[in-house]
Amino acid sequence: MPKLSEYQGKKLLKDCGIPVPAGGVAATPAEARKIAEKLAGPVAIKAQIEVTGRFKAGGIKFADSAAEAEKAARELLGKEIKGFKVTKILVEERLGIEQEFYVGIIVNDSYKVKGPVLMFSTQGGVDIEEVAVKSPEKVASLNIDILSGLSVKDARKLVSKLKVPASLVEPLSKVAFELYRVFRKYSARSAEINPLVLTKGGQIYPADCRIVIDEASAFKYPELEMAYPRDIGRAPTELERLAWKVEENDYRGIAYFVQMATDFEPGEGYVGFHGIGGGGAMLGADALIRRGLKLADYADTSGSPTAAKVYRMVKLIFAQPNIDGYVLMGPVVANQEQWHHAHALVRALREELENRRNFPVIILIAGNKEAESLEILEEGLKGLPARIEIYGRDYVYKVDYVAERLKKLAQDYRRTEKKVK
Amino acid sequence: MAILIDENTRVMVQGITGREGSARTRFMLDYGTKVLGGTTPGRGGTEVWGVPVYNTVKEAIEEHGQIDASVTFVPGPQVKEAVIEATEAGIKFIVVPAERVPLHDSLEMITLARKKGTRILGPGSLGLLSSDKAAMGWLGGSEDFAREIFKPGPVGVMSRSGGQTSTVVWGLTSTGIGVSTAMHVGAEPIVGLSFAELLPLFEQDEQTRAVVLFGEIGTVAEEEAAEVIKEGRFTKPLVAYIAGRTLPSGMRFSHASAIIERGRGTAESKVKALEEVGAYVVETPQQIAITLAKILKAGKRK
Repeated sequence: MPKLSEYQGKKLLKDCGIPVPAGGVAATPAEARKIAEKLAGPVAIKAQIEVTGRFKAGGIKFADSAAEAEKAARELLGKEIKGFKVTKILVEERLGIEQEFYVGIIVNDSYKVKGPVLMFSTQGGVDIEEVAVKSPEKVASLNIDILSGLSVKDARKLVSKLKVPASLVEPLSKVAFELYRVFRKYSARSAEINPLVLTKGGQIYPADCRIVIDEASAFKYPELEMAYPRDIGRAPTELERLAWKVEENDYRGIAYFVQMATDFEPGEGYVGFHGIGGGGAMLGADALIRRGLKLADYADTSGSPTAAKVYRMVKLIFAQPNIDGYVLMGPVVANQEQWHHAHALVRALREELENRRNFPVIILIAGNKEAESLEILEEGLKGLPARIEIYGRDYVYKVDYVAERLKKLAQDYRRTEKKVK
Repeated sequence: MAILIDENTRVMVQGITGREGSARTRFMLDYGTKVLGGTTPGRGGTEVWGVPVYNTVKEAIEEHGQIDASVTFVPGPQVKEAVIEATEAGIKFIVVPAERVPLHDSLEMITLARKKGTRILGPGSLGLLSSDKAAMGWLGGSEDFAREIFKPGPVGVMSRSGGQTSTVVWGLTSTGIGVSTAMHVGAEPIVGLSFAELLPLFEQDEQTRAVVLFGEIGTVAEEEAAEVIKEGRFTKPLVAYIAGRTLPSGMRFSHASAIIERGRGTAESKVKALEEVGAYVVETPQQIAITLAKILKAGKRK
C-alpha cells in the first residue's frame, strides 16, 4: 500500500532526525507484553492499519501495566477494522499531552502553484480542513520551490506567523524542515504529522503520522515493502496482486484491475467489467449500473498496451467466480490501434468460453483500425457456444443500449442455466 | 492558425527508436508534421523513416538550427531526464505522453520549465493535433484514422480524458463541425499545461471561434478555467462536460487538499463555477456537438 503504517512512517521520521515516542511493533500479545514491560509505564496500543478515524473505530487502546497491554493486544490482533485485518500493533509510551499541533506537506495542483505546500497549525489532533474553515488564524502555509527546497529559516518564518511560544519556534521548525526531507527522500504524495504533540515534560513528539508514497515511485523503495502500491482503501485481493504483477514492470500501456465485490452468487447480476480508457470506462460503468447490473470488477486497458497485457487482463476478469457476463466497454473512438485488443480478446475468449454455453459477452470497440479489429473478432470468435455481440463506433454514444443488451443476455443465461439443472 | 503547433513547427522526437517512438514518428510524418530529427542515446548516426537520429538534443539543434517542439517517447521513470535535457537546450514546447511518471519528477520538470519559459503538455498526455497541419504524440494514431476523424474548423478541444479527446472530435466531425487544435492535457496527478493556461491561447487564435472542455471530477482545473473567463481572459463560447458526476469524489493528494480546494473539485462545484461565467455545461457527451452547432449557427459570442 502506498499509505505507510504509523510505525513505518515513524521509522522514516526517526531516520531523518525527528525524535519519536519510545515503543515497538508486536504481532502477538506476548510480544506486546514484552515491549510494555520494557517501557515500564502507561502505554498506548495502536492497530497498524492505514485508515483514518482509527481511535473512534476502536483501533487504539490504553494500558497501565504490561498485563493490561497483553490483554489489549489480544483484543486488537485479528480484529477487522474498516475492512483491514489487524496483524500488527504499535506499543508506545503514553504521552502526557500539553498541546497538539499539525504539520504537513501536500501538493497543490493549482496552475498558479504546482508544487509542494508546507502547512502548519496550532490546533492539531482534529481534521485540519475543519480548522482551516473554523479558525483560519490557526493555520499557515508556505509554497515550496521544489528545485531550491526548504530551509530551516523558511520553516521558522512559517511557524512564527502563528501564536507559538518563543521557546517552541525552533523545535517546531526543525520538525517541519525534517518532515520535508522525508517527503522528498521518499517521493511522498503527502506527509503529515497530526497531532504533533508538546508533552507535559516539554518534549515535541509526533503522536501519529501519515505518509503516502507516490504510486509511480514505489518501485524505488523496496525497503518499504509496498508489494501492492495502489491506493484502493483496503487490503488487495489475490487477483489484484496478480493484476499488479502484470503492470509492475511493463510500461507499455496501462492495465488496471480492482475488484468491486467478491462475495456473490450466480444470478445476482454481477458482470466482469473491462473498460477502455478512463473517461469512456466511467461512462460505460455508469450505464451498466443505471440498468441494475453490478460490477464484479473495474478493469481498464488503455494507452496502447500490448496484446499480451490485454490478454492477461481478460484472463483475470474471467478468474472471478460466479460472474453473469463479460463486457468490453469501449465507448471511445480510440487513437490506439484496436487490433491489439482484438487479438488478445480472441485468444483469451477462445480459452474461456469453450465450456460456457450461452455465456453473455458484449464487446464495444471503436477507433483506429476499427474495421480490421471488428473483422478479427467476428472471424476469431466464430463457433463458440457463448452468446457474443460485437458493436463498433455507431454505438459509442449508445452505451445505454449496449448495457440493456448485456442485461438481457445475463437474464437469459441464468434462466437457461436453471433449466439445465 | 491553430495553437501550439502547425505545419511550420520544427519538431523533434526523443526516444525515436523505441516501439511507440518509431510508430508515431511514421504517423506524424505522414500527417505533415515537420519532424527534423530524433534522439536515442547511443543510437546517433542511424535513421528512423529517413529521420536522422542523434545522441543528444544539443547535437540535433547544432545540426538543424532551431527546434520549436519535442515529443518524448520515453517511459515514466526515465522521462524527467529527457524533458530536462530538452528544456535546458532551449526547446519551448514539450509533449510528454508517458504515464506513471514519479510525482516528484513531474514537479521538478514542470517547475524548471516554468522558469525557462517552456510549456509542457502532460505528462500522461495523448498529445495534440492541429487539423491538417501537424500532430505530436498519439492523438490521431495513424494517418488514415486522423484524416477521417479530424477536419479543419473553428472549434478548439481540450480534455482531461485521452480517449474522449478524439471521441469528442469524432462527434463534432459527424455533425459537420471541424476542429482547430485538439489536445489531451494529461492523466497524471500533476500536469504542465492546465485548462486555465490553454484558454488564453485559444482566445488569441483567429481560427478558433469556440472551445470544448471535457472535464472530470477532482482537482480544481475546471474551476480555474472559470476564473480565467471571469477575469476576461477568454471571451469565446465554451461548451463543457464533466465526467464522473455519479462518483463520490475525485483524485486527492490527502484530506488536507480540501484546504486548498475549499469545497471545489466536486462535479457540482465545477458545473456551478462554469455556469456562473456563462459556459454551456451539457449533461451528456452527445450534447457537446449539438450545442456547438447551435452556437456556431447563431454566430454567438459568449
